[in-house]
Amino acid sequence: MADVGGDMAEKELEKPTYGFWIWAMASVILRLFFIFYFPENFKLSSRPEVSTPLTSVRRLAEGYWLKQSSMSPYAGSMYHGSPLLLSVLGPLTSQWIEGQSSHHLCSLVFVFADILSALLLRAIGQKLQKTYSMNLKRLGVLRSSGDRGILPCGDIAALVYLWNPYTILSCVGLSTSPIENLAVIVSLYGAVTRRVPLAAFGLITATHLSLYPASLAIPLILLLGYGLDAHPLKNFLHTRDRGVETGSTSDVSKQDKLTRTTQLPFLWRTVLHFVFWVLVLSICVLVLCSLSLKQYGGLEEMFKRTYSFILNIEDLSPNIGVFWYFFAEAFESSRNYLLIVFNLYILLTSLPPLAFRFKHRPCFLAFAYLVMSSIIKSYPSGGDAALYLSLWALFVNELSDMNNLFFILCGHIGVSLLSPVVHNIWIWRGTGNANFYYGNAMGYVCFQFMFVEESVNAMLDHDKALEKATGKMTKN
Amino acid sequence: MACLVRSWIPLLFLQSFLVAIAFGSNEGEEFSEELLLKPLPDRKVLAHFHFENRAPPSNSHGRNHHLFPKAISQLVQKFRVKEMELSFTQGRWNHEHWGGFDPLSSMNAKPVGVELWAVFDVPQSQVDISWKNLTHALSGLFCASINFLESSTSYAAPTWGFGTNSDKLRYGSLPREAVCTENLTPWLKLLPCRDKDGISALMNRPSVYRGFYHSQRLHLSTVESGQEGLGSGIVLEQTLTVVIQPETTSVETNMQPSWSLSSLFGRKVVGSCVLAKSSNVYLQLEGRLGHESKNVDTEIEAHKLWMNSDFDLSLKPDRVIRESSSLLFIFDIDKSSDSEPFDLGLTWKLPSKWSCEQAPLHASRFLMGSGNERGAIAILLKATESQEKLSGRNLTTDGRCTIKANIFQIFPWYIKVYYHTLQIFVDQQQKTDSEVLKKINVSPSTDKVSSGMLEMMLELPCEVKSAAISIEYDKGFLHIDEYPPDANQGFDIPSALISFPSHHASLDFQEELSKSPLLSSFKEKSLVRSYTEVLLVPLTTPDFSMPYNVITITCTIFALYFGSLLNVLRRRIGEEERFLKSQGKKRGGLKQLLSRLTAKIRGRPIEAPSSESPAAESSFLSSKLIFKIILVAGAAAAWQYFSTDK
Repeated sequence: MADVGGDMAEKELEKPTYGFWIWAMASVILRLFFIFYFPENFKLSSRPEVSTPLTSVRRLAEGYWLKQSSMSPYAGSMYHGSPLLLSVLGPLTSQWIEGQSSHHLCSLVFVFADILSALLLRAIGQKLQKTYSMNLKRLGVLRSSGDRGILPCGDIAALVYLWNPYTILSCVGLSTSPIENLAVIVSLYGAVTRRVPLAAFGLITATHLSLYPASLAIPLILLLGYGLDAHPLKNFLHTRDRGVETGSTSDVSKQDKLTRTTQLPFLWRTVLHFVFWVLVLSICVLVLCSLSLKQYGGLEEMFKRTYSFILNIEDLSPNIGVFWYFFAEAFESSRNYLLIVFNLYILLTSLPPLAFRFKHRPCFLAFAYLVMSSIIKSYPSGGDAALYLSLWALFVNELSDMNNLFFILCGHIGVSLLSPVVHNIWIWRGTGNANFYYGNAMGYVCFQFMFVEESVNAMLDHDKALEKATGKMTKN
Repeated sequence: MACLVRSWIPLLFLQSFLVAIAFGSNEGEEFSEELLLKPLPDRKVLAHFHFENRAPPSNSHGRNHHLFPKAISQLVQKFRVKEMELSFTQGRWNHEHWGGFDPLSSMNAKPVGVELWAVFDVPQSQVDISWKNLTHALSGLFCASINFLESSTSYAAPTWGFGTNSDKLRYGSLPREAVCTENLTPWLKLLPCRDKDGISALMNRPSVYRGFYHSQRLHLSTVESGQEGLGSGIVLEQTLTVVIQPETTSVETNMQPSWSLSSLFGRKVVGSCVLAKSSNVYLQLEGRLGHESKNVDTEIEAHKLWMNSDFDLSLKPDRVIRESSSLLFIFDIDKSSDSEPFDLGLTWKLPSKWSCEQAPLHASRFLMGSGNERGAIAILLKATESQEKLSGRNLTTDGRCTIKANIFQIFPWYIKVYYHTLQIFVDQQQKTDSEVLKKINVSPSTDKVSSGMLEMMLELPCEVKSAAISIEYDKGFLHIDEYPPDANQGFDIPSALISFPSHHASLDFQEELSKSPLLSSFKEKSLVRSYTEVLLVPLTTPDFSMPYNVITITCTIFALYFGSLLNVLRRRIGEEERFLKSQGKKRGGLKQLLSRLTAKIRGRPIEAPSSESPAAESSFLSSKLIFKIILVAGAAAAWQYFSTDK
């Protein structure tokens, strides 16, 4: 019966895929249209919403130029990215150097990265959706698998990713964040489909590119250890009781199997396998970096110019976060203290509690971590928002009764629209001052906080509701 | 009276003795003072004071100098300076009208503010330390903020773009330094006669600082003696270049104004500085050769040179020297005295026009773009009229005629230059780097650590009309403390230096000259240089009054939201309900107990229960209090014990 249900679900899924492909193609065409039709008309590549000191391709081109003229790519405090990305993307920017506006190649790479991320997101979403409906069935909440209530979250997430204006802007506006996002999504995909080396590869690449995804190690380990997002274990225990009570023979064996698997919850071998791969790949990356930077100071220089640059918030140029202004205004004497507070304290107080609370939902935990890192990032950009919004869309089923969603989305849109205006007033016209832009950034941070808080709240409520429902059923 | 005379005699003896020593023993130590006057085509007059002080090589270390300023020799000894130049300038040299291809302009047209460069004779690792110490010493010596050049963000080490090839060269400039009389006074102090006597007496402050351009320069170089055991000699060259507009009464606008020393400076020369070996005044008239015959043999014709239909000189020159395109009148001021002061005057009788020789390319620099986010710097090189004359001189091996131009530019770190955006346009057509760029050396800036430097050598075809170089930059955002007090005025980018390595300026006098230091320095070939304008870049400022607000608002919001997030995470709905229920039960029990108590005590006074519970509480509190007191006392006792033990 379950198999038949699965087939039906697949059939159900196949129907919207047609629509999905149309929409996906449309988004790609839109990107290509922007890239080829408006080559340099809008100076998107220097917008603070699009490119940060870490993700700007213009800086990458400068680093590549310095490297080509046998200087360290990190000389000049321009480039702060990975030396490997420089070797990959650098040659694509070199034609740019000749004075021609042939940044198309680079843009095409980013479009390709976006498509790949969307497809992987879709695969993740389909997997999540399957487990969701299976779990509901097991809990007995959902009677038939062909329930209309379950949305195809994979398609939705992929389309949200492809059609998010932030994604389109950072793809068209020459920022390397599509590649960073791709690495994060690859790691999630690897963990969801239990391809351990792929997950380790994604994690290492993402960490190497922008440091903050290192926090994703926790959700990935949980994902590999406990399996996909499920409901709290005690729900299954409830259902086992129910199964014993009802005494239907065919179900009992199944439920027993289930409880057995839930009773040995943590797959240590897979996790050790993952850790092993992480170590191997990180050593590979370090060796490659040290080879590419051999004559320019080696790894020490790389760590100083990339990770230390990220953690010390050295560049105070405006971005959509608040730390540039905070550290431009904060007193020099207390700078180290404040750096410790914002880097360490927030990590310690926000990441472990989330991990404890969402052990059973590693994908959602990854989403929460990505929002948190987008808030506390030293150089956030629109690309981060694109990533977490699409991950959020993976949980449309669970988060359908989220509070204040309309208000928060309106806030996001309002802040995004206001940000260029305020930036223009401050930087270009000189009629406003820095506080305008800072206030806008503060608003953005508030809305992000509210977003993650309400999501967490809704997810907890959802779990609670399921628990209640199963509890009622067991009582009945 | 007699005793007065008697007391005078030894003094006189002593004085003559001292003078004898001064003149007898300083056989190598020479001081000379010179003044060059030159009418300029745009109705202004250039006065160039030149003082040269030579100290010969000596073997004794702490030697007493007679004429040479001790401060400078100590400076040279202490920091082992091989060559150094310091200039204070106000105003901009007008290359079109005041000349760009003569030694005077290539040596004395300096960038606005303070410019300092020095070559050291120390190991490579100590050059930066020596530079820092030197800036501080000079800062004290000249009452200027030269010590700001100490920071590594403000100086650079040019390799070849500056014209002096040395890896021990450091160059720095402060475009915003205000130059005024407090810088001139210490500079004058280095002269043996200060401004009391001789030519320097002309330096009347109001007239010097009223000028369109003034640049005081101090150049010192050490001369290796070549002999073993002897140290090195020092040549100290001090120049002051002033461009003044003579006050004119004539209504004719095309008539050059007539002037005299007293009308220019408000003072006259009343005799030379007695310590000077030579004191001469020169008057250079450009473009006069067309009028005169080539050979001046007779006295009458020589007389014609300085008193003719065009102009009159108020004094008879001692000598007249010809240069390829100009005449040089030499006056010796030794003869002048109090009764007969030296007051050279020039009276024009007929309107006269001439032009100055110009550098092959005229350089100007400007900013492009608007807004406070990014921009571009462009350097425009425009061909001048003199270029046709000069072309053909520099033929490359493949027979093409080219002009070489070196560009040397320092970028402060807050101008974040994208070197890959360097574009070169020749005659409005974009050229690839390989076509015109012969050499390039880039040392990029590091944020808050070092300034960036760009040196490049362009090889342009001779028939070029204009060449432009543009490079894009992003504006940096500084910490609130890094802004100067007048942050909204903007930041200065130091002048770029354009030099033409294949062109050398010199005056080739047709006759052999006496050992006049000024004229011999003019005779030497000097690199043709021109400095561009200083650029003013406005940078975005944060709100300077906000630090407390920003810190408190940011921290509050972060604390608030993290708190609420933790609260959400902590909340468990079911458990909460259970907790509330149990709480309710407990409270109910308490209430029952209380009501029972009140029922029991109803007959008694009402204060009893209220007095009972506080008493219990207070006893509980007191036990806690006693524990605390014991703890503190214990700690105090322990501390007391250990502190007394020591």
